[in-house]
Amino acid sequence: MIKVEHLTKRYARNVAVNDISFEVEKGQIVGFLGPNGAGKTTTMRILTCFMPPSDGSAQVAGFDVIQSPMEVKRRVGYLPETPPLYPEMEVSEYLLFVGKLKGLGGNELKRRVDDVAGRCAVGDVRNKLISKLSKGYRQRVGLAQAILHNPEVLILDEPTSGLDPKQIIETRELIQQLSGDHTIILSTHILPEVEQICQKVIIIAQGKVVATDSVHNLTNRMRGSETVNVEVESRNGPLELTSVQQRLEQVAGVSRVLHKETRDSRLTFEVESLQGRVIRPEIARAVVESGWNLNELHTAAISLEEIFLQLTSVDAAKEAKQ
Amino acid sequence: MKNILVIAAKEINSYFRSPIAYGLMAFFALIAGYFFWFSTAFFVQRGMESQMTGRSFPMDVNEWVIRPVLSNISVIGLFLIPMITMRLFAEEKRSGTIELLVTSPIRDWEIILGKWLAALLMYAAILAVALVNMLILFAYGSPDWKPMLIGYLGLLLQGGALLALGTFISNTTRNQIVAGVATFAICLLLWVLDWVTSFETAAWAKVVGYMSVLTHFEPFSKGVIDTKDVVFYLSLIFLGLFLTARSLESLRWRS
Repeated sequence: MIKVEHLTKRYARNVAVNDISFEVEKGQIVGFLGPNGAGKTTTMRILTCFMPPSDGSAQVAGFDVIQSPMEVKRRVGYLPETPPLYPEMEVSEYLLFVGKLKGLGGNELKRRVDDVAGRCAVGDVRNKLISKLSKGYRQRVGLAQAILHNPEVLILDEPTSGLDPKQIIETRELIQQLSGDHTIILSTHILPEVEQICQKVIIIAQGKVVATDSVHNLTNRMRGSETVNVEVESRNGPLELTSVQQRLEQVAGVSRVLHKETRDSRLTFEVESLQGRVIRPEIARAVVESGWNLNELHTAAISLEEIFLQLTSVDAAKEAKQ
Repeated sequence: MKNILVIAAKEINSYFRSPIAYGLMAFFALIAGYFFWFSTAFFVQRGMESQMTGRSFPMDVNEWVIRPVLSNISVIGLFLIPMITMRLFAEEKRSGTIELLVTSPIRDWEIILGKWLAALLMYAAILAVALVNMLILFAYGSPDWKPMLIGYLGLLLQGGALLALGTFISNTTRNQIVAGVATFAICLLLWVLDWVTSFETAAWAKVVGYMSVLTHFEPFSKGVIDTKDVVFYLSLIFLGLFLTARSLESLRWRS
């Protein structure tokens, strides 16, 4: 449904998006994850034809954003970071205006406005001025505006930012209800949100995609087995690789031991546990009881947060070196 | 075409939702009424003088009332126009609603024409307030309506040209006040440009004088339609809207 290839966006002084590629299939909810300033909004603005890319191509529903922007715009619903609302309008008046902009008219327009007002739970404020609405209602009116013309693709820029916890849950539920009919990309920097509602995650940092995976895989890594990095050193003389490896494999709860590197008399292993087992105390005891030094012992990936932080900060470090 | 009307309707709506429209209309009614009173009082005085002295003046309502009133209105217009155009794009950019417009299946020029049309209608609505004064003339005298109509056409053309420039200026900033002040400066400049011709007769002075919007309004106030003036205003409208389109486009490349 959405196909982005080698997309680059350069501004006068910096590169906001640097050669990113990804694909989104029909009906998926994709989380666009990244720290502030990573290029999420820029990518979304390119997909909605707000601005053209400097390089590369983006296709939405089979239409190129540069060659046929009108076709793309017809098929995309967009909720920018600040909902694009006119404070002097009433809610229903605003929705009617947006509907006309999107090319709806007559009875269909009225029907759609009724429909989305119901779905986004803004029916009770229909005759209120937008300037009098609370933040939560504004966000919902923004969402109603985005889905008004029943677009195939929905692009939501931080749809839950600035809402209170109850409103966040409601908004998430609403987004979940919308999936299926719509392909949804939503950007956020709240990780549990992605875990709850998205099927796929694209992690972006410094304008580059640093990871693309299904949430299923990522949460498996999170809830399931634990990966532990162990560094072992001998107290006297060189260590024999196979004996250390065998000793680690014998530890209860270990499913796999992978030798990573040898430096002088130090050996580094990546040890994976069985589902739901905590193996760090056992490993520590095994190493010490065998008469070796335990230099380092830490879990490699326990949460999406960690993956996210590692991916984004490693990249940031690389960038700094350059 | 439908999209232009959708945008125009929205703009008109927001003019009348805020105090701007009513404030401008009230201000204009007051000033235009004052000028009208002044011109008619002067006219009546001359009428009495001619009766008393027995000397006959050419007593022409068009020449002595309608023409000066229209000329004055065209100058007041210079002050009204910045207030009409300043928010057109600046406000959309500030509040982020420009993102909605630009990502909707509607073309840039439809947005621009819609907004300009709304501004022109707003200007026409303000001018219509002073029409009440003119109707009084018809109740008590028999002025020629054709030159008056042409005068109003001239006002609309002049207004349209300055509104187009104001629309462009509004699109270059996200601050309404900046847009308003800059537009006012341009209006003022285009007004006083013809003063150079009073002391300088060189070719450059003629060119500069030609740029003045008021020079081109003069014939209209006399009830004369000169193609050269119509072309001047139309090209100014085109220039303003063209620059707006370019600047809206550049928003996408830069922002």
